[in-house]
Amino acid sequence: MAAINRDDVAHLARLAHIEMSAEELDRMAGELAVIVDSVKSVSEAAGEDVPATSHPIPLTNVFREDVVGHTFTAEQALSGAPDAFENRFKVPAILDED
Amino acid sequence: MSVDATLSFEEAMEKYDPVLGFEVHVELNTKTKMFSSAPNVFGDEPNTNVNEVDLGMPGVLPVVNKAAVESSIKIGLALNCKIAESCRFARKNYFYPDTPKNFQTSQYDEPIAYDGYLDIELEDGTVFRVEIERAHMEEDAGKLTHMGGATGRIQGADYSLVDYNRSGVPLVEIVTKPIEGAGSRAPELAKAYVAAVREIVKNLGVSDAKMERGNVRCDANVSLRPHGQERFGIRSETKNVNSLRAVEHAVRYEIQRHAAVLDSGQPIIQETRHWHEDTRSTTSGRPKSDADDYRYFPEPDLVPVVASREWVEELRATLPEPPAERRKRLKEAWGYSDLEFRDVVNAGVMDSIEETIAAGASADVARKWWMGEIVGRAKVADVEPGELGVTPQVIVELNKLVEDGKINNKMATQVLDGVLAGEGAPAEIVEKRGLAVVSDDGPLLEAIDAALAAQPDVAEKIRGGKVQAIGAIVGGVMKATRGQADAGRVRELILEKLGVQG
Amino acid sequence: MTDLKNELIRHSAADLAAKLAAGDVSAVEVTQAHLDRIADVDPQVNAFLHVNSEEALAVAAEVDATRAAGGSAGEELHALAGVPIAVKDLIVTIGQPTTAGSKILEGWHSPYDATVVKKLRAAKMPILGKTNLDEFAMGSSTEHSAYGPTRNPWDLNRIPGGSGGGSAAAVAAFEAPLALGTDTGGSIRQPGAVTGTVGMKPTYGAVSRYGAIAMASSLDQIGPVARTVLDSALLQEVIGGHDPFDSTSLTDPFNNLVAAARVGNVAGMKIGIIKELHGEGYQAGVENRFNESLQNLKDAGAEIVGVSCPNLKYALGAYYLIMPSEVSSNLAKFDGVRYGMRVLPTEGPMTIERVMGATRAAGFGDEVKRRIILGTYALSAGYYDAYYGSAQKVRTLIQRDFDAAFAQADVLISPTAPTTAFKLGEKLDDPLAMYLNDVATIPANLAGIPGLSLPGGLADEDGLPVGIQLLAPAREDARLYRVGAVLESILEEKWGGPMLSKAPDLKNAALGAVSNSAGGSN
Repeated sequence: MAAINRDDVAHLARLAHIEMSAEELDRMAGELAVIVDSVKSVSEAAGEDVPATSHPIPLTNVFREDVVGHTFTAEQALSGAPDAFENRFKVPAILDED
Repeated sequence: MSVDATLSFEEAMEKYDPVLGFEVHVELNTKTKMFSSAPNVFGDEPNTNVNEVDLGMPGVLPVVNKAAVESSIKIGLALNCKIAESCRFARKNYFYPDTPKNFQTSQYDEPIAYDGYLDIELEDGTVFRVEIERAHMEEDAGKLTHMGGATGRIQGADYSLVDYNRSGVPLVEIVTKPIEGAGSRAPELAKAYVAAVREIVKNLGVSDAKMERGNVRCDANVSLRPHGQERFGIRSETKNVNSLRAVEHAVRYEIQRHAAVLDSGQPIIQETRHWHEDTRSTTSGRPKSDADDYRYFPEPDLVPVVASREWVEELRATLPEPPAERRKRLKEAWGYSDLEFRDVVNAGVMDSIEETIAAGASADVARKWWMGEIVGRAKVADVEPGELGVTPQVIVELNKLVEDGKINNKMATQVLDGVLAGEGAPAEIVEKRGLAVVSDDGPLLEAIDAALAAQPDVAEKIRGGKVQAIGAIVGGVMKATRGQADAGRVRELILEKLGVQG
Repeated sequence: MTDLKNELIRHSAADLAAKLAAGDVSAVEVTQAHLDRIADVDPQVNAFLHVNSEEALAVAAEVDATRAAGGSAGEELHALAGVPIAVKDLIVTIGQPTTAGSKILEGWHSPYDATVVKKLRAAKMPILGKTNLDEFAMGSSTEHSAYGPTRNPWDLNRIPGGSGGGSAAAVAAFEAPLALGTDTGGSIRQPGAVTGTVGMKPTYGAVSRYGAIAMASSLDQIGPVARTVLDSALLQEVIGGHDPFDSTSLTDPFNNLVAAARVGNVAGMKIGIIKELHGEGYQAGVENRFNESLQNLKDAGAEIVGVSCPNLKYALGAYYLIMPSEVSSNLAKFDGVRYGMRVLPTEGPMTIERVMGATRAAGFGDEVKRRIILGTYALSAGYYDAYYGSAQKVRTLIQRDFDAAFAQADVLISPTAPTTAFKLGEKLDDPLAMYLNDVATIPANLAGIPGLSLPGGLADEDGLPVGIQLLAPAREDARLYRVGAVLESILEEKWGGPMLSKAPDLKNAALGAVSNSAGGSN
């Protein structure tokens, strides 16, 4: 299994939307390498024929009837918003065009 | 924005063979959302059809809407798909401000429906089979409004506003297999395919199916390959193609653009394109940094959906007749010509005619009224013919008044206008407007004598066998009686008077 | 603090409930006594991030009024009505801030209540406040809280365990008779062990997760934190039961827990020692107390058998793939758009993407970032099968191991944690050493089975609490209460009272120097 390096961490940080300084990337790469090394035995533990368990207690068909329940007022919905305008959440530009 | 070069469609077709693919998103019309009990309603005040789940608040969990699952299975069945005995939801991870959890709950490698097909009938009757890869369940995103720019587009905007009312609305995404062999009919097929899907989901009653509201949205994939080549070319995916006409235009445009790129020796870039109705062209979409890695994994907060065969058969039994089969049946039953029937379908009055016939009118009478009178009025009023306010009973009643000789056809159209103006039922309007046909032959005969005397040359022609000239005399009589006469009776009396066989 | 108040705060929840029902004491007095205790000792312990005095007293007053009015309303009061409780600050509450121990949610007020909080309100249990935790429940020491570490009431220079160190310390320091915790890999049980309290992770799905800020959805479970086994059972019956808002919630009834805690008999039961979960790597004092407990159970008539779960050697590795994978997705929602902190980049273009990046960089601490990056890696294209996929298979193997073990034994037993409480700062710079604290508790989360930790005595070498862990098959939570209550009563008889009576008096305890990294790591 491939080792994790600084470029990998930089890519992952972009995917995870966490800005990281050069020092952080270096430190994180070192720490993650140790952790990844310690968990890699897992990939050899189980054979092809072993099914994956995604839920510890198997259940199926847990549904909700199509009946309208509670809603928020716009005020409640926006109560924790860092920025809002005309009852909508306000966010900076999506594209960088400067 | 630079304008891309294009080749003429004909030239593109001479050189290349198009391969299409479609992802059609259908918004279901359930009462509540896919994973929350907030109402699934279009067009309310921003951020009011939401609760903590739709806003992705800390601590929330999804619960699947059973009605949405049933609608999805119905769509799968109507698309001739297999229904998975067991399937799961998965998280599709990407950051975007309209996606409140920064992942979309969708299905990945276990769609609820797969391996189907749809037979698409083109204008000239050619039937083209489109293979369906899968139909899967997912949730819609919120709505972004881009502010501060000149165009309201994402480009040039200073900031954006987010309304999460649409967040969590149930979607079924229908994905085709690559569609080969359409050739120059690719744009037409594209339109017909999306129209067919739209018709099916509307017919099933699982979606409002209004494209202008985004209930049905199409992403069109286009690639070209030189004739004779088996390997597919590189494709583009055009998003937001949200009318039937636009689907046709977008596919045509992309074929022309690809052809120009290939002709210039450049490679096609695999990318998202955005369709612009105003310029009827596409532009390169925004590059998404994580578009290539959605890190799908099974949604741990939801459990598998197991569709027992009994459940599937129960749902299958509720399916309405497929639209294509229904059309075939009705056309035969009504005895319309190909052209007549196509006009009826295109005018959107097939259902209305069916109801009118069921109410007692003949197929020809129903067509005459809907196609001859109502469609035109609807166009003027800018509504669907079925929504103009004419019920089948009105037409049956009008027709009876005419057949009984109480009013003539001209009066009947006036009565129809009266009905639309809310003046009451046809019989009442005849009464109120004093439209009854003059049925006493006395005054009519006087008027006929006067008309014949006024146009002796015409009278002579009719006597000589040119019966078609009778219109001028009938017109004179109608004028003299201010339209109150029954034109048919007038005609009979004139012929009688002149001793000519009609 | 008056003697009466000092006495009140030392009662178990069951005793308080009896005194309240008998009218010996009022709910306001009980609640006020705990609020006073918080005011006295929490500046040292730092178990609470928010104290909810006004509402707690109002609820207590309501209980008193209802009881005074008598009639059917008084009779219908829940047995625990008026018994106060603390809530881990990972669980959302209307009317109080919920921070998850993170800066990114500083000052955020939830507009909805968690299902368990609704149940506490329905039972009219006054909520004393919100307790400290490792940020988003990620840690084993509470040092990863953005609001400073909680200290262990047994030794203020030591960690109270984590992530639920606040809830465990609050209960151990008599600031609350009961608390709610959450347990993803041991966050209820390991703090219970190192603070000398009782912590229970119920069967996955036995308690609704709705409103517990998700760390790892397939592992998280809310559970009771208490000072006695009976109290834990009483609380689980309040918060448990099916919830239509949680698709993974079980429909099975779990209403036999209190009765089980009162059975007082293990004769004929088979108790299995898990070979892989003791011995090498476990502190000598921990092993000694563990062995004593085995002897005590044997003396009480239980049969002790040895069982082996060979795949447990993969448990930690599987956990550190599944947990961060789910974390990376669950924590994506904290982006500065809808709630919580928003940080603008100091330079460069002001796009939403960069605002999200800057917000998450400033709002999350190092451990959270580490797990998000690790999980992003484990899920990314090309690695999924080798990492997440394999880890899910290991889950199957571990479940099979437990199935085989439970074919031989009614309950399984192990030490809860390999060591007693370590010093603040000791493992903060070594993530892997920190992770090893959970080696004995993680398997239950992977398998979804219930686990209970209860005090097993003090280690010879440091005089600090040792926890004994009991495990039962899924849905058999009652067995843990039955065996736990027996072991507890035997031990308390030998000790001549509850173990916590041996804890130092906090008022005289000096707050020693703490390494700087402890509080400021985030």
